Amino acid sequence: MGAAVIDWTSMHWTLALPEIVLAACGMAILLAGVIVRGNFFRMATMLVVGALVVAGIMVVTGGQGVGFAGMFTVDAYSGFAKLLALICVGLAVITSLDYNEHEGLQRFEFPVLMLFSALGMLLMASATNLMLLYMGLELMALSTYILAAFARDDLRSSEAGLKYFVLGALASGLLLYGLSLVYGFSGSMDYNQLAKALTDPAHVSPGLIVGVVFLVAGLSFKISAVPFHMWTPDVYEGAPTPITTFLGSAPKVAALVLLMRLLATPFGHLLIEWQQLIILISIASMLLGTLGAIGQRNFKRMMAYSTIGHVGYMLIGLAAGTQDGIRGALIYLVIYVFMYIGTFALITAMRRRGRAVESIADLGGLGRTDPLMAMGFAIFMFSMAGIPPLSGFWGKYFVFAAAVNANLWTLAILGVLISVMGAFYYIRVIKVIYFEEARPAFDPRPASLSFVAAIGGLVTTFFFVFPAPIVAAAEAAAKVLFR
Amino acid sequence: MNAAGFPLLSLITFLPMVGVLVMMMIRGDDAVIAANARWTALWTSLITFALSLVLWSHFNPADPGFQFVEQADWLPAWGITYKMGVDGISVLFVLLSTLLTPICILASWESIQSRVREYMIAFLVLETMLIGVFSSLDFVMFYMFFEGVLIPMYLIIGGWGGPRRVYAAVKFFLFTLCGSVLMLLAMLAMWHTAGTTDIPALLAYHFPAAMQTWLFLALFASFAVKVPMWPVHTWLPDAHVEAPTAGSVILAGVLLKLGAYGFLRFSVPMLPLASAYFAPFIFTLSVVAIIYTSLVALAQTDMKKLVAYSSVAHMGVVTIGIFTINAQGLSGALMQMLSHGIVSAALFLCVGVVYERIHSREIARYGGLAERMPAYAFVFMVFTMAGLGLPGTSGFVGEILVIVGAMKISFWLSLLGGTGMILSAIYLLYLYRRVVFGALTKDDLKSILDLNAREIAIFAPLVILTIWMGIFPAHFTSFWDASVGAMVSHHQTAMLLDHAVKLAGVMK
Repeated sequence: MGAAVIDWTSMHWTLALPEIVLAACGMAILLAGVIVRGNFFRMATMLVVGALVVAGIMVVTGGQGVGFAGMFTVDAYSGFAKLLALICVGLAVITSLDYNEHEGLQRFEFPVLMLFSALGMLLMASATNLMLLYMGLELMALSTYILAAFARDDLRSSEAGLKYFVLGALASGLLLYGLSLVYGFSGSMDYNQLAKALTDPAHVSPGLIVGVVFLVAGLSFKISAVPFHMWTPDVYEGAPTPITTFLGSAPKVAALVLLMRLLATPFGHLLIEWQQLIILISIASMLLGTLGAIGQRNFKRMMAYSTIGHVGYMLIGLAAGTQDGIRGALIYLVIYVFMYIGTFALITAMRRRGRAVESIADLGGLGRTDPLMAMGFAIFMFSMAGIPPLSGFWGKYFVFAAAVNANLWTLAILGVLISVMGAFYYIRVIKVIYFEEARPAFDPRPASLSFVAAIGGLVTTFFFVFPAPIVAAAEAAAKVLFR
Repeated sequence: MNAAGFPLLSLITFLPMVGVLVMMMIRGDDAVIAANARWTALWTSLITFALSLVLWSHFNPADPGFQFVEQADWLPAWGITYKMGVDGISVLFVLLSTLLTPICILASWESIQSRVREYMIAFLVLETMLIGVFSSLDFVMFYMFFEGVLIPMYLIIGGWGGPRRVYAAVKFFLFTLCGSVLMLLAMLAMWHTAGTTDIPALLAYHFPAAMQTWLFLALFASFAVKVPMWPVHTWLPDAHVEAPTAGSVILAGVLLKLGAYGFLRFSVPMLPLASAYFAPFIFTLSVVAIIYTSLVALAQTDMKKLVAYSSVAHMGVVTIGIFTINAQGLSGALMQMLSHGIVSAALFLCVGVVYERIHSREIARYGGLAERMPAYAFVFMVFTMAGLGLPGTSGFVGEILVIVGAMKISFWLSLLGGTGMILSAIYLLYLYRRVVFGALTKDDLKSILDLNAREIAIFAPLVILTIWMGIFPAHFTSFWDASVGAMVSHHQTAMLLDHAVKLAGVMK
């Protein structure tokens, strides 16, 4: 720092090639959308998916290292997160194809905004500097605010967007305040230098701890952890369904990955300071997510509470503060996003005579009218309830294993008991599907939604057959944080 | 490779899933699908049963260890492997599962008319899960199958059950899940401590005494609900009453054995000190179960509920036998499990026969069936006698062995445990008298038909087995004598070791 001369050779800008390509593609598609006459939505969607695939390939094949003067790190951890986030965005974009055409939302800005949001996520995954962290986060968040309000003639969607924006701005404020406190009390924004400065918990200024608390609060908002979850049910219910699909998956991946790197790397030595905080947030999220979901009639709203609960389980892994714990949380994250996106692909397909329906009661007797869709829902619900051999069980298995290994018995016992309570509302959905009188059948499913649901269903059902690659990748990613 | 020369256990376990795939591919109108689904399910389960007979013929009873062992990598870096095998304790339960599944499918042949394909799929998935539980040699696999049972059973009770089926299904699901998640924690703790989830390795591992207590309680929460033991048995009468006949059969026949099997496979051999410590506690609960639920059974007006409560009482005898941890008690418990698996399954089938004809389970709706249904009266009598433990039937052997085993612990235990035999005689004979004997006064009973060929085919193997087990119990006990012997000596060694450690502590 300090020197005005920038050493261009040590920037290693090729490390950021996926991000650069994604940004270039986004701007090109945006330009094309302005120039091309006629409806560009379908084409833009395909191009965005293409750009995401290209970026994904670059993430997999690209090298590792540190670039941009330590701000930008590419390692196994960031690669894992980027690939997962890109998959989530890609699948969410595909679910919007049919929905937007039905709802009159076929505007090319829609997929492009998702692409820019994805760009923000990639930056978040690689951020090893508080400033880049904030930039990535805002790029992701600003796009999602617009997307939540995209159905601008729909009152609920506008309300969702506004609510999300106001509360999101508040959370950003908290985050910035925390950031400035950390910078003020430690003198650096760089993860490595912070880690070097904060090796002894006994000699850390209380101001810095307050800063960390603010950082955790700001990020808790993004992962909708209690007590910063208030926006979640309203936004999830009000936003267009593909956006709910998107909001519950990719931003959660990016924000959780960011939070874990932040707490484990620069503040890793302060484990005893933040562990209690994460344990509390985790228990509160699991409990509130579960209790809140029990009374819901709207499926999207129920899933919002379900997400809050799942985030609570993932935080168990972080609370353990060990490599096992981060590994467990990463595995849980992978499993969760596939269950979640699969469920939402099916929710998006709930349509009667052209009108989207979204209450749980509308699923009545689906087992008779559409056995395949019913089976899909059953797989996802049983999996979310954590019943083996479905994948949801494995997510819980790995985070609870970490909690047990770290001797967090209270957290583990509360966690499993809350998961039983959670099973109640998941199997209630299955009850409606299989045990109740049949309602009129849904409209035929478009192929795009079947495709996404099938991917989610296959991963969820057959994860147990080949868990090793995902577990090994998560292990390699987690190892990076504990070098 | 194992004694069969090919991966027999995996084949038996996953063969039903092949049937499921075939059924999913059936196309056509409802009647075609239903007919094809029935035949596919029946043939799949019959072939599975035929294959499982290889276990019977090739099993070496002299070997106390695991046989037919298969192993494959699953998550090798984390000590989790795909490992299957059976020993004397589990082998006959694999056979029980494969025997009862075709019987269940036959029993549902006419009574299930809606969504036949889904029903048959649920049964075959259930069969896979059940065989998997008994043949897993890895704790994680065991847990997977053990919990996986919930999915098909929930759907069977809730989808094809009686009027209060939803309540019963949800109660069944949540009760068993609540117990099981605590077992999950115990499993994780064992994995953390021993570094493996391999069951033979865990059997040889000595857990610290303080840890054993907690592990035992966590495992107990899971297995006690499954057995079920008093006072966590309340899901059982609801589930039995609301489940379709075949659901009750598999529930009583095999599902209730999962809990007892868990005690035999995990609690007793892996946690010897805690098992000895908690044995009086288990005895108390079991005696209460035997006496209390027998009295409750006596007061029932619903046939299925009566048989359900009798199951709780009979399983109380099993838990007494298991925790005596001597050769007679364990052998008796296993015999009682096997016998109960056949007899109570058959009693539910007996209830199902008249329910299919009259559509009522009220005892008062019946009377004098012996006049119109002599074959039924005979079959029902055989199982009533077996249920109350008449010498010469399977029920007698198990109960007498458990009483002998309990005698070695305490006279009072065997006396109170033995009251089960008297009480079961009272309520079962009382049931039999009210349903089968007396005057035939009800109008619709006057035209009731006796057992048809399908029903005779269902009951014949069960009658033969009941009497075979009663007259030649050694044909069955010989399977587990070696394993039980090894288990008892393992337990005694562990207790002696503990005494020695304590003694050394005092000497210092």
